[in-house]
Amino acid sequence: MSLKVDNLRIAYRTLRGDVLAVDGVSFSIRDGEIMGLAGESGCGKSTLGNGLIFLEGRMKHVGGTVELDGHDLPIADFRAMNRHRLRDVSVIPQYAMSALNPTRKIGRIAADLLKSRGVGYEEVLEEFKRRIDLVGLPQNVLGMYPFELSGGMRQRATMVISTLLNPSLLIGDEVTSALDVSTQRAVGEMLMEFRNRQFVKSMIVITHDLSILAQIADSILIMYAGKLAEKADADTIVNNPLHPYTKALLSSLPEVGLRYDQAPLVGIPGRPPSLLHPPPGCRFRDRCPFVADKCVEEPPFVELRPGHQVACWKATGELAAVGTTATTQEAPL
Amino acid sequence: MTAEMGPEAGQATEAPGRQPAGGQLSGGRRRWEFLHFALRNKKLMGAATVELVFVLAALLGPTIAPYNPNAYLTTAAHLPAADLHPSAHYLMGTTYFGQDVFSQLLYGLRDSYLVGFLGALFASLVGMSIGFTAGYRGGFLDEALQLLTNIIVMIPSLVLLIVIASYLKTRGVLFEGVFIGVTTWPWVARAVRAQTFTLRERDFVDLARLSGKRGASIVLKDIAPNMASYLFLVLILLFGSSILIAANFDFLGLGPTNTISLGTMMNQSTLWSALQLHLWWWFIPPGVVITAIVAALLVANVGLDEVFNPKLRET
Amino acid sequence: MLEIDKVSKVYRGGTFGGGLKPALRQVSFDIDKGEVVSLIGQSGSGKSTLGKIILRLVSLSAGHVKFEGADITAWEKGQLRDYYRHVQGVFQDPFSSYNPLYKADRVFEMIRSVYFPDLRGRAWEDKVESSLHSVSLNPADVLNKYPHQLSGGQQQRLLIARALLLEVRLLIADEIISMLDASTRVDVLNLLVDLKKKGLGILFITHDLSLGNYISDRSVILRDGAVVEMGDTQKVFGNPQHSYTKSLLTAVPQLHKKWEDMSPYPLEDAPAQASAAGQLPGHVGSAPAGESTVPGEASRRYSKSVLHPAHNGPWARGPAPGEGSTGQLVGAGIVDGRPAGVGGSRPSLMDTPDQPWQQRFGFGAPKLEAVIAQSAPPPLVECEDGHFVAVEDEQ
Repeated sequence: MSLKVDNLRIAYRTLRGDVLAVDGVSFSIRDGEIMGLAGESGCGKSTLGNGLIFLEGRMKHVGGTVELDGHDLPIADFRAMNRHRLRDVSVIPQYAMSALNPTRKIGRIAADLLKSRGVGYEEVLEEFKRRIDLVGLPQNVLGMYPFELSGGMRQRATMVISTLLNPSLLIGDEVTSALDVSTQRAVGEMLMEFRNRQFVKSMIVITHDLSILAQIADSILIMYAGKLAEKADADTIVNNPLHPYTKALLSSLPEVGLRYDQAPLVGIPGRPPSLLHPPPGCRFRDRCPFVADKCVEEPPFVELRPGHQVACWKATGELAAVGTTATTQEAPL
Repeated sequence: MTAEMGPEAGQATEAPGRQPAGGQLSGGRRRWEFLHFALRNKKLMGAATVELVFVLAALLGPTIAPYNPNAYLTTAAHLPAADLHPSAHYLMGTTYFGQDVFSQLLYGLRDSYLVGFLGALFASLVGMSIGFTAGYRGGFLDEALQLLTNIIVMIPSLVLLIVIASYLKTRGVLFEGVFIGVTTWPWVARAVRAQTFTLRERDFVDLARLSGKRGASIVLKDIAPNMASYLFLVLILLFGSSILIAANFDFLGLGPTNTISLGTMMNQSTLWSALQLHLWWWFIPPGVVITAIVAALLVANVGLDEVFNPKLRET
Repeated sequence: MLEIDKVSKVYRGGTFGGGLKPALRQVSFDIDKGEVVSLIGQSGSGKSTLGKIILRLVSLSAGHVKFEGADITAWEKGQLRDYYRHVQGVFQDPFSSYNPLYKADRVFEMIRSVYFPDLRGRAWEDKVESSLHSVSLNPADVLNKYPHQLSGGQQQRLLIARALLLEVRLLIADEIISMLDASTRVDVLNLLVDLKKKGLGILFITHDLSLGNYISDRSVILRDGAVVEMGDTQKVFGNPQHSYTKSLLTAVPQLHKKWEDMSPYPLEDAPAQASAAGQLPGHVGSAPAGESTVPGEASRRYSKSVLHPAHNGPWARGPAPGEGSTGQLVGAGIVDGRPAGVGGSRPSLMDTPDQPWQQRFGFGAPKLEAVIAQSAPPPLVECEDGHFVAVEDEQ
């Protein structure tokens, strides 16, 4: 197991009390796996992803454990995490293009970062140059300032710097959101290549865009209102989702070639519930087309089929009635 | 469907990380929040207290002043009560001419505050109008106004005042206030212009333009309120600097000819050899008071900055 | 209804304001009544600039914008107010379109005070409520609230409702759903479809091809300020002619088709070489030979027209005829003196092309007309009925 998260709970301190943005999340990622973490804004995916490497001032670790490569990852302890950052866990932040210090040259930024981890710049310079070349950046980028590069180039530079020490876990927070379509594809393929060449062992890709995940992720984890809704490998999620929320998400994605008169898209009415005082039971209950009485009780996140976990009474009920060999019916929404 | 969730709860669900900064809450809640933090800010409260003491002294001055500040007092023995140390009779001693320093101080405070207020008023009116216009309109008008601003900046105010003073034999508080206002507005104009430039690019200004609103209305209703805290700080700084500049002018003898102010007290004391005669009670109190007033205003400014800008707060 | 005629926009850029950068190059197209036209381009293509020019929020450098036959380019004050009665805009960031100090419905009040000063009380409230109903908003949910109390979707729909209070005939929708969640996007998108059916014309500005395809009747593909392809949406998407359009379509991530299964970027006719191997996508094909890491793998070199939008066109270099035609540092990712990224990323600040020092410092700076003339895009030819493509340079 590369990463193992057990019942993790992270809250935000606000003037009105603690908001539990990540409420009891458990999952694991194998070596070499790219896991996509998808959900609407406010569902907790960014909190989860970023919490694994850096708990900001307002965030509070309320419970649960994180284990990386067999060792406990002390996410609540800022100083203790310093030993792990960049070496074992690394992050490509959202708006990576703006994550570079505009007054420093790229090489200098990398050197400073490495120095703070106790690694000499000269030691990794050779490898650094190789990787710069690999992602298609010119060698002299090391001597350039960030504003001299275009957005896509900065994105790639940030990606290289983040993965220089071959971390076990790479967290990509909305890495493709601000990019053009062709750069998106390049970055997506680059992420896969990093994994293929074992620059990183495993990856969590956080995004709201399921179509990107369909391309690059091995498995997808869907979050809703702080809790896990469904986890399975990418093909299953895209073709045979069980959770009503996943199904709704998929049917709201437009595809090239389909027009409104041919295949009208359907949205999900309503809004996610308040996390300040979350309602009891299934959090999707208010917006779910299949809501039943039982949904007042919170459904457990269980493995219904090998490798396919869901938190939904309907999914459980459905399968229990028909048997494990049944394929999921595409229930009309 | 639970569409009605409380404002903060609704806010909390939209990615808590995306919470807007303090300046973007609703109007009423915002003021409450500012007040809440203001009352807890040590710098602000301390400075405000000091300032309040002086303001009260200035307001109540005429009633509590024991003597007429201009009167040449005599002792019981009908001798001039000059050069006397601070005592029970004369709380801060007397001047070379036998005037009560304490009473002068109280009256002087009033004048200093009045000049400060007038100077701040004129400087802010002129500076803000020019700053808003240049910042909002841009283009040629902006260039022209900037040229004007730069010219005014270059004119040395002291020299100008000396020249004018040589023509005006009597000068009053109003003149001094207006003069200070007219010579210190450039930095206000620049600061306001810079902020206006930034705010002008915001989408809600575009929306206001798309609604057919005119420029002046947009500046007054959309742009200025979003700079309100900044403008407030500017006013306070102007107030402080006007008092200080007035004291400078007064000290050099270029101040009002018909009243007493803190600066004129210092001017008089130096002219009449208070330093040589060791009449420390004549020149030190006005100096200390001016320093205290202006310093308190600056400290209050820093404190207010912390109140308005959530990122500077300690918590 | 709306006619855009050779609109160009040139910005001052570069050090000391000496360089002139064309953001839009002689763009022309029109929008008919009740038609949805999507303006598709990546960042830096100038699409938002065009939207703002149509809305008269930004001035244009050359060309005309005609609304119902009348040239609106020089209209001011009263005429402009009338123009806004018929043409309105909604922008990308719903939250920043509201002044955070006031309640959200102030946007309605602003309209009332200028356009309906005599309408008050019950009559006005009824009007507002019916407008809200037509965007599927419950008045009780959204009136009397501050902007941060509303969701992104509600904010956008409120802004559309505001536009509907007037007799709007054309709505400029500038990336209005890109900041919304997947589920709320659809609601707003379907709302636009409904409004179109009721006769509203929409200019749908987006970078997302699938959205453009979903909603529009005609599409205009913009690259670096110039139109590369335009026409009937189904024709443009179904039978793309320009290499740029094709490359965009292959790069769109789809749910049911992997990137590997789509035809790759248009490749140069580079033979499978032992060198320049193992290059990751996005590589500019720099290694002519020799810089190989893993020998024996095929090289993937990407068409310059995809990756180096600045490549074509002498305007990128500035008017210096004496200099060599290409001189690109292709491998350095810098083309014609301009750093360029993959697929049309926005050129950076330092992209003032190599010019003689006089021009760089503003003396003898190239005139506006010269820049516009020099940056003229390739002409459009009609390849099919209602389908136009820009002529491509042969590489």
